[in-house]
Amino acid sequence: MAAIELRNIVKVFSDKRRGRDLLTLDNINLDIEANDFVCLLGPSGCGKSTLLNIIAGFEQATSGRTLVDGKQVERPGSDRGVVFQQPTLMPWLTAIDNIAFHLKLKGVAKAERYDRAMEFIDLVGLRGFEHHHPSEMSGGMNQRVGIARALLMNPSVILMDEPFAALDAQTKLEMQEELVAIWQKRRCTIVFVTHSVDEALVLGNKIVVMTRRPGRIREAVNFDLPRPRDITSPEFNDAKRHILALIREESTRLAQAS
Amino acid sequence: MTSVTDVSPARPAFRLTRAFWGIERLVVPALLIAGWEAFARSGMLPPALLPAPSAVLHALGDWVFGFDETTQSYSGHWLRDALASALRVFGGFALASLFGILAGVAIGWSRLFEKTLEPTLQMLRPIPPVSWIPLAIIWFGIADKPAIFLVFLGAFFPVLMNSIHGVKTVDHNLVRAGAMMGANSRQMLTDIVLPAALPSIFAGLRIAVGSAWMLTVTAEMVAVKSGLGYVLWDSYYFLRYDIVLAAMISIGLLGYLSDLGLKAIMARTLRWQQTTTVQGRAG
Ligand SMILES: Nc1ncnc2c1ncn2[C@@H]1O[C@H](COP(=O)(O)OP(=O)(O)OP(=O)(O)O)[C@@H](O)[C@H]1O
Ligand SMILES: [Mg+2]
Repeated sequence: MAAIELRNIVKVFSDKRRGRDLLTLDNINLDIEANDFVCLLGPSGCGKSTLLNIIAGFEQATSGRTLVDGKQVERPGSDRGVVFQQPTLMPWLTAIDNIAFHLKLKGVAKAERYDRAMEFIDLVGLRGFEHHHPSEMSGGMNQRVGIARALLMNPSVILMDEPFAALDAQTKLEMQEELVAIWQKRRCTIVFVTHSVDEALVLGNKIVVMTRRPGRIREAVNFDLPRPRDITSPEFNDAKRHILALIREESTRLAQAS
Repeated sequence: MTSVTDVSPARPAFRLTRAFWGIERLVVPALLIAGWEAFARSGMLPPALLPAPSAVLHALGDWVFGFDETTQSYSGHWLRDALASALRVFGGFALASLFGILAGVAIGWSRLFEKTLEPTLQMLRPIPPVSWIPLAIIWFGIADKPAIFLVFLGAFFPVLMNSIHGVKTVDHNLVRAGAMMGANSRQMLTDIVLPAALPSIFAGLRIAVGSAWMLTVTAEMVAVKSGLGYVLWDSYYFLRYDIVLAAMISIGLLGYLSDLGLKAIMARTLRWQQTTTVQGRAG
């Protein structure tokens, strides 16, 4: 049984103001195995966030079935940690309180909450900023709080929506390595949305390329290059060439159609 | 130990600007008062109709401390009068805050309350609180109650409107984040929606405290026989414009102080928000 099963997912947004419907996801079928690190790659507006929201339970598919660990997804839950495209931290809470918010909701005492959250503060390199509010930290730091917050719940599935887009190259590299280390240690299932082919190839062991809207799955490529990955190796470049070809094919097809 | 870099800003210049700001606050009031004094002494209007600031200050002083009975029966009774008004303000404001926040959050949060409660309240809202005075007097007589009722009406709607707005405009993604972390619907309200709506609720409270003072004074002029508003109206009948002005100044001052108090509470509660505002920590 796959960890995440998407069966014939169709999502139509009804645009009431303009009086027409927008087909966003068109018949998505995808099996994600437990402990997969799946990178979702596709052009802007193709429905990556929408697909993630459906798995998270924030949105309902217009038709089709979404199963996580064999159970139909009906609502959001702490078994699926989400790192949002924007950090979306509680602005009135400090970094450590944001990270430990899940424990607070569960009624865990403050001392233990802080104890557990400190581990994740260290993990994302924010020691010294644990009592800062989101408005007192940079966008990248806030994004790291958002990542720590999702990891602390120890979810079986982590859904990440372009989490490193706001980071500088240096921090991005560090965070990518950190994420791979966490994934190897914890053996959780990760679905990671990105625009960047390189990022997808550095992180994923399965790369799902989506088409332009309406989003379909163009191809799911398995990529088992051993880690740490050498981005200058021939294997890496072969895979990159293959994926770039898929994307290019897509845009020429579109150009011919118009 | 020596520090490598000195990060402290140029202190003297900093102090100078601070001192300048202290003085600048007083420039406009000082000029206004000086001009008024000069105009009153020029004799273009009889002193009974436009008392000079010095005369108003004299009346105010006697009203507060009772040194020469220039304010006659009010002499030395300022504290009693101010307290009477302040209690009405406080009573009406407290009730309005309680019910305004409760109703506002309920309407903002639940479609059921929005459909059942909101239309009625929105129809009552345009009715000026003052127009309730006749009914307030028949219902409650001449005492504290009609004044508190009026203050309640004036303060309730700003709190209500801002609470509804605050709850309705809570960032959708924060609610999603809360659900993702496992919040049940009660926690969603107390741990996410309420804190997120607080800035808006406080904005409503600050408007409300101003309305509360206005309506206390209005009520006291018509329906109550004590308080600053009563003194103001009563002195008008005796053509004591110096006392009228002293009462106006007292009301302005107390209203200002109430707002300062509320602002201080707000600054403490919303400390997380301060660095995000345009003015930062100043002001
Ligand atoms: N709530 C909504 N209501 C209506 N249309 C929506 C809604 N959310 C998304 N859409 C539409 O669905 C399409 C896909 O949006 P989505 O956010 O999933 O794209 P994306 O692939 O994540 O893009 P990006 O890479 O830019 O984040 C867009 O055309 C968008 O206009
Ligand atoms: Mg997106």
